[in-house]
Amino acid sequence: MATGAGRQTARAALALGGLFVVLLVLPAFANPYVLSAAILVLYFAYVGQAWNLMMGFAGQLSLGHSLYVGLGAYASAALFVHYGISPWIGLVAAVAVSLAAGAVIGFLAFRFGIGGVYFALLTIAFAEFTRIGFDHFDWVGGSGGFFLPVKEHGVTDLANLRGPPVMFYYIALAMAAGAFLAAWRLRASRIGYYWLAIRENEDAAQALGINTFRYKMLAILFSSAMTALAGVFFAFYYNNLFPEQIFSMARSIEIILGPIIGGLGTLFGPVLGAFVLTFLGDGLTEVTDAFGIQIPGLKQVFYGVALLVVVVFVPNGIWPALARRLGFGPAKKGE
Amino acid sequence: MALLEVRDLGKSFRGLRAVHAVSFDVDEGAIVAMIGPNGAGKTTCFNLIAGVFPADSGEVRLGARRIDGLRPDQVCRAGIARTFQVVKPFPQLTVEENVIVGALKATPGVAQARREAMRVLALLHLDGKAAEPAASLTLPERKRLEVARAMATRPRLLLLDEVMAGLRPTEVDEMVGVFRRINAETGLTILLIEHVMRAVMALAARIVVLHHGEKICEGAPEDVVKDPQVLECYLGAEAEL
Repeated sequence: MATGAGRQTARAALALGGLFVVLLVLPAFANPYVLSAAILVLYFAYVGQAWNLMMGFAGQLSLGHSLYVGLGAYASAALFVHYGISPWIGLVAAVAVSLAAGAVIGFLAFRFGIGGVYFALLTIAFAEFTRIGFDHFDWVGGSGGFFLPVKEHGVTDLANLRGPPVMFYYIALAMAAGAFLAAWRLRASRIGYYWLAIRENEDAAQALGINTFRYKMLAILFSSAMTALAGVFFAFYYNNLFPEQIFSMARSIEIILGPIIGGLGTLFGPVLGAFVLTFLGDGLTEVTDAFGIQIPGLKQVFYGVALLVVVVFVPNGIWPALARRLGFGPAKKGE
Repeated sequence: MALLEVRDLGKSFRGLRAVHAVSFDVDEGAIVAMIGPNGAGKTTCFNLIAGVFPADSGEVRLGARRIDGLRPDQVCRAGIARTFQVVKPFPQLTVEENVIVGALKATPGVAQARREAMRVLALLHLDGKAAEPAASLTLPERKRLEVARAMATRPRLLLLDEVMAGLRPTEVDEMVGVFRRINAETGLTILLIEHVMRAVMALAARIVVLHHGEKICEGAPEDVVKDPQVLECYLGAEAEL
């Protein structure tokens, strides 16, 4: 039994190592389209992992994660544009602002026992009024948008995150791998066990000596800080920020679709979900375009259908079902 | 010496007196049973001790420390672990992980907690199920998991809320054996709510009887079962023990 579990872990580690090597050499073979899609996959794998800490591990449903992306993006971009501060320093400010927002939301909700659907509504409310606030925040362009200066092509300036897509690809890869490792380490630690206990039964968790308020706060703080870094990446990769887009509910939903489809509370779920959604979603658009058919919103319909299929046939997500098939053992507990 | 002191404990729910002026002691190292008909206020008493909701009146002390008014997690860290009458396992976690969560309270890290969890599971004959998800357990197994999780926190006082319910007589005897052994070997103090008289008579040195939220009798098992008030309210229907 124990050796069987050990073999499963070894196989999973081997597969993971193989995947990482493939991702490392991918830019050498990929055309610009595949590369930009791969960057998106890694971006969603990263931010999905961050969201999964809160929902998949600690059981707190946030439907407003675009808030932390937006705050992180605007904080780092504003420091760069107005004061020429490098995003590597700006990310500290981005994380700080995001942490402050997470702390306020978490304190309000967890101190006063707001949970479940009501907590989700609270997170939406915060994202929405922040969006409206930024519409009128002229220092960062208001609703007209905020733009980062774009340098000429071919120059790689890592210190200021100015450069070709390949640079952003490797940054996104490092972020996704880092988030995976962080989630893995957290899952195996005291914090991880306590988060799962709170998710499974909060009364029982508290009866076992767990300060549930403190550990739920930790979950939202970890998650919001990690998500802020996604915002920094977003700002410097796309070079333009609009409150209507970055803080929108649709962005929050995009973030959470990957982990849900891939497998809530698992380590591979966010990665797999990001891959499935981005490549199949974009692939579908490509195919219809090739036939000369333009269907606006087709990708969104695909997201809806994908979600429906997963909820009906593999309610725990694709990864747990796939892991059993591949012989990685019962991956129910997310290892 | 009294480890747990309960004085004048009272709690009402919307005018209904669930617990009224209940006082009793549990001595260090003792096993005390709390019995009474359904609705007598036993579980409310447990919930007041465990900090699930605040008492309207009265005091609870563990050793020298007042613990009424503390939150459940603070009560647990003070040294009282409890099981739930309606079991509350972590269904998607394995049996081992369930107990690790409890063991982490008393151990510095996950590796030690895992060792402690396996030790406690073996004690309760659940080690064969360690890798199964808790959702797959039968009800008697879930009751034992509740006990294992609570014991893994290394409490000074263990509150057991009807952990024998639904067990076969041989299983009851086995559980009784487990608690006796733990009590004898580690000196763990136990306060249990129990309807299974077979277990109560075998385990408890003293019995506290509640009826309509009030304590009507307290004493050694052989005296309690002869008490006319107790016989009338509780044992009257099933007088043969």
